[in-house]
Amino acid sequence: MNLLTIAIRSIKQRLLSSSLTMISMALGVGLVVSVLAIFGIVQKSFNANATLGYNLVIGAKGGKLQLVLNSVYYLSEPIENIPYEYYLEFQNQEVREKEYSGSYSYKAVQQQQAARMTMLATGLGLAAPAATITALATDLALEEQVAPLYPWTREGKYSAFTDFTIPLCLGDYVGPYRVVGTTPDMFSLLNYGAAGDKPYTMREGGRNLEHFHSENGFFEAVVGAVVADDRGIKVGDTINPSHGGAEGDEHETQFIVVGILENTGTPNDRAVFINMEGFYRMSDHAKPLENEDDIFGTNQVAHKITDAEYVLPVEKREVTSMLVRMDPLYSIGIENQVNEGNVAQAVFPITEIRRLLDYFVSPVQTLLLVLTVLICFMSGVSILVSIYNSMSDRRSEIAVLRALGARRKTVYNIVLLESMVLSMVGGLMGILGGHGLIAAFSGMIEEQTGVQISFFDLAPPLPIPVPLLGDISSEFLVIPGLILLAILVGFIPATSAYKTDVARSLGK
Amino acid sequence: MLQISNLRKSFAQPGGKRLEILNIPEFKVDAGEQVVLLGRSGGGKTTLLHCISGITRADSGEIWFLGEELTKFSEPMWDRFRAANIGYVFQTFNLLPAFTALENVLLGMSFSNTAADPDYAQALLKRVGLGHRLGHKPDQMSVGEQQRVAVARALANRPRLLLADEPTANIDPANQQGIVDLIKESCAEFDIGLILVTHTMDVASQFDRIDRLDDINLVVAEAAMSVAESDQGGDSE
Repeated sequence: MNLLTIAIRSIKQRLLSSSLTMISMALGVGLVVSVLAIFGIVQKSFNANATLGYNLVIGAKGGKLQLVLNSVYYLSEPIENIPYEYYLEFQNQEVREKEYSGSYSYKAVQQQQAARMTMLATGLGLAAPAATITALATDLALEEQVAPLYPWTREGKYSAFTDFTIPLCLGDYVGPYRVVGTTPDMFSLLNYGAAGDKPYTMREGGRNLEHFHSENGFFEAVVGAVVADDRGIKVGDTINPSHGGAEGDEHETQFIVVGILENTGTPNDRAVFINMEGFYRMSDHAKPLENEDDIFGTNQVAHKITDAEYVLPVEKREVTSMLVRMDPLYSIGIENQVNEGNVAQAVFPITEIRRLLDYFVSPVQTLLLVLTVLICFMSGVSILVSIYNSMSDRRSEIAVLRALGARRKTVYNIVLLESMVLSMVGGLMGILGGHGLIAAFSGMIEEQTGVQISFFDLAPPLPIPVPLLGDISSEFLVIPGLILLAILVGFIPATSAYKTDVARSLGK
Repeated sequence: MLQISNLRKSFAQPGGKRLEILNIPEFKVDAGEQVVLLGRSGGGKTTLLHCISGITRADSGEIWFLGEELTKFSEPMWDRFRAANIGYVFQTFNLLPAFTALENVLLGMSFSNTAADPDYAQALLKRVGLGHRLGHKPDQMSVGEQQRVAVARALANRPRLLLADEPTANIDPANQQGIVDLIKESCAEFDIGLILVTHTMDVASQFDRIDRLDDINLVVAEAAMSVAESDQGGDSE
């Protein structure tokens, strides 16, 4: 009969106490496995978002982390807005001219030029046109000098280095979920996934936003998967964003849901995207200008709200932030330039996210791990107590084994094996329980984070710079850890067994 | 086969003094010989068995068994030697409660160098009349049956010497004779030397050689003598 059988029999003999000890160990190990799995989920979730598809976030001056939190994760409150003109500094001349075409300044110049032409035509018919012609010629020469300074006649300051810029307008909600005013580029130019190669796709029957749709005008919305599932939103439904928070007043403006995003595991799952043009056209969203109706004699919002040709004046627009992709070679220089100015700040989101992980998430993870390892240690101590308490009852059994020829070392090993069996069986129960727990919540985890996890998925390696340990699943460390713990806690009762005085402990 | 000379054993007392238990100038058992050690309680019978088996080390003297001087053995060597050559039957049976009758016998085979032999273990249990109780645990058997299992376990390694420490003391009178017969017959059958310790003449009288501890243990002899002298002194007064 081998020593393991003897150890197992001894455990079975004290079934209740052994079971409770094993359950305590199972709970400890289950917690460790769950925490390690949470590490993995956080890590995977981070990796899924780490390849954002853009390398700069530009927004109003303020906290860098706050800018990243509200522009990447749609958390926290937006800092402030930046002028639309700043956004246009990242666009080429063609786009700029189109965007500026509705601006008051553009219209003022147009009117000025038209007036000049009228004057010229009228002046030529006058009897003494010389003075007028001279004045007009001077005016035209001046105009030629000034024209290149008009913002719509030049390239954006940063456009040469920019691949694309996606504007974000924040401030509204649908229920607890953030509404993001943006352009169709959000889903046509950006990809997601760890390698950044997965294009955003819509659930069946859905499509991306359009700049202007013949039926829906500017009022289209794409809804993230979590929001759609949570609120039961389908393609074709209408939504009314509310202002300033979940409890804020609902805007009258309705947006037609034209697409539901497939689950991506990114923060986009938890947001509602509306056409930026529609965003501006909601009540009180376009930036009010002093005396605009008095000067131009029209309400820019109310009467042209669905007019595709109508370009909302640049002066009335603002963006909360923008996501910019540019050549990494230039991004540091641009970041410096933006930050040196007094309008906006530029932030590398990955740097901020890593900093967030390093300064906040990692310590919390470490704390959790330490706590759970301590719980395991406590379970180990309960094994020690359980075996040690049984020693007084088993003293005569040990003496009998010794009388039958078992050496001191043999009884020592039997007790140590008992400790190992209790730890290992408890640990195995904990590992299975932990994985079972993860499997049970896998649907919810995927829904919330986009991370797919199953019963058989192992936790990722611990972020420790140790060869081999840094490459294998951290769960593989649980087993040797348990063996070590078992040896540690088994040492005292095993030593007690080792020192058993056979003659004294042996009944006659 | 077994030869003891000048064996002395004492135990420390609470006051620091040592109390001598054994002082045996000479004691011999031949191969296959069956010896009964008769003596009063506290006479050192169990201590002698412990010394022979190596469970307790003597203070001085020599124990020779099968040509080996056991008293020179290290503890692990003696453990191994005991597992292979000495069977032990206790007064309180000392079966392990978590194991069945068969497993208890197999346990007796687990610590020697030879592999456990389940067939032989079964045969032994059949020999002691428990062929139908192989899978029963101690608490499912009567005391008589438990002691039979203990005898089978002591015989499991085909020992050359069986030490039986008052094997009938905890058994009802109806079963006592059965156990004595079993031990006696088994030792004869397997040519095993036997030292059976008892304090009852009924048991001792069934054996050819009866050694009184008063005769072989000088400690007991001197104590008996001093008691006798004091009795005589009392008489004279």
